[in-house]
Amino acid sequence: MPRIEFWQGNVSLAYGAIAAGCRFFGGYPITPSSEIAEVMSEELPRVNGRFIQMEDEIAGIAATIGGSVAGYKAMTATSGPGFSLKQENLGLAYMAEIPIVVVDVMRGGPSTGLPTSIAQQDVMQARWGTHGDHATIAYAPSSVQECYEVAIKAFNMAERFRQPVLIMSDEVLGHMREKVVVPEAGDLTLIDRKKPACSPDDFMAYKPDPEDNLPPMASFGDGYRWHITGLTHNEWGFPTNCATEIAFKSARLMDKVNVYRDEIVEYETESVEDAEMIVVAYGSVARTALSAVRQARARNIKVGYFRPVTLWPFPDREIEKLSEKAGKLIVPELNFGQMIHEVERAVHGKAGIIQMSLVNGELFQPSEILGKIEEVA
Amino acid sequence: MSDRYEIRFAGSGGQGVILAAVVIGEAAAIFEGLNAVQSQAYGPEARGGKSKSEVVISRGEIDYPKATSPDLQIILNQTSCDEFLPETVQGGIVIVDDTYVSTVPESEAEVFMLPIVKTAREKIGRELVTNMVALGVTARVLEILDLMKPDSVKKAILARVPKGTEEMNEKAFHEGYELMKEKK
Repeated sequence: MPRIEFWQGNVSLAYGAIAAGCRFFGGYPITPSSEIAEVMSEELPRVNGRFIQMEDEIAGIAATIGGSVAGYKAMTATSGPGFSLKQENLGLAYMAEIPIVVVDVMRGGPSTGLPTSIAQQDVMQARWGTHGDHATIAYAPSSVQECYEVAIKAFNMAERFRQPVLIMSDEVLGHMREKVVVPEAGDLTLIDRKKPACSPDDFMAYKPDPEDNLPPMASFGDGYRWHITGLTHNEWGFPTNCATEIAFKSARLMDKVNVYRDEIVEYETESVEDAEMIVVAYGSVARTALSAVRQARARNIKVGYFRPVTLWPFPDREIEKLSEKAGKLIVPELNFGQMIHEVERAVHGKAGIIQMSLVNGELFQPSEILGKIEEVA
Repeated sequence: MSDRYEIRFAGSGGQGVILAAVVIGEAAAIFEGLNAVQSQAYGPEARGGKSKSEVVISRGEIDYPKATSPDLQIILNQTSCDEFLPETVQGGIVIVDDTYVSTVPESEAEVFMLPIVKTAREKIGRELVTNMVALGVTARVLEILDLMKPDSVKKAILARVPKGTEEMNEKAFHEGYELMKEKK
């Protein structure tokens, strides 16, 4: 029988990570994400995992990368200020193709900003925070149940594609408690990284398998030797200046999302079939948006609801298709406009876009979004 | 939306309003099979004069996770009373503690002034269990409205309180339940 829990979003996310097989956590506590580290510190030793509180945020992600290289499914969690500090090592994990999960429980910024207040100001940082071209996979859960579920999906994607995967939660979701139906371990689909089938002598750490263009990964200690560097490298993992090798590696990093985009993209809709306008929202704001859309529907306003579950890759084709019928898209965000740029890019001018910004440390109230729907209708 | 029932506990830091809302949420989600969301204000606004914690319960899906106009408020100090009482939904219920609240603003809610803190002090001997008395009061209100069995609240309390304190907390809960039962 599935178990019922009444958990905070952060707690749910931590238990989801453990169910996914996470056995290493390197981190540094930061509000509003600290409950994740707290649960991991209690629970990982019970499942023969390792928790290390490092000296700072940078060391937290560095240890996480090391844990993954040693063969563990590994995670770190932070909030805006720590997410900034982690960007350099995040880039290393993209380049060296190390699967890790990084959680950012968003609070207000810039800088130390508002430790205890909700914001959605790190959305573009999730995509472009670390320099250089790379393929981003980022989930934005909007319920405590979904915190559990995206933790599992994030590990599956990280392990499958051998790259970092981000979970962009927020303060309201991280701290609120909600009913969670915990699935039985046997009902979960878990993906483990592909291990080399060849002998150690024939192993090339970055030589992709022809069928999926993804390289198997050996663990340090398995007897397979490989070289890890942030420099652009060839299939042996050694730095290269060869144009052909550079082009091959760079394109292969992008192809992880380009080729498998349709298997990664997730979104949720309600009442979009006959909608003349659609509210596009993610994270905790989506909860407010859904409430407003339902209240508006009760007043016979033809409005729909669209929630990107993956912020990256962004469900652009799906939004474009809907925008052909729905002439107006309302985009409420707890920032001065980040995801709205992706919505604009997606619709190619086919629909009018109405921005709603709230940057005062609070979550939109249903009446605010309902008011906008009525104004636009 | 009509299926949605919003409860808010408000008081000063240390009165246990957050735990009270968590207990109601656990009673609803774990022991009653309802949906429930509990949230609280963190940060500067949670310190000093007014601390609040909310729980929304529903048979259906809960979209917006916070209270907009609470159906039931349990208010344990004056500053919270001044600020939060007027937000009660029309026809809603407000329970006010008679030790720390002296003046109650005009409202269209049904207001009950009860000796919650006094009961904790005098009948249990510890003001610490104020929130457990408040939970007893709440359990009676939820029973009258046919939303939850008092036993579910009691079970949630016993699953949460430290070992060795079960008897004291259960007695406080029972005293609170009786306080409200005398009124309604």
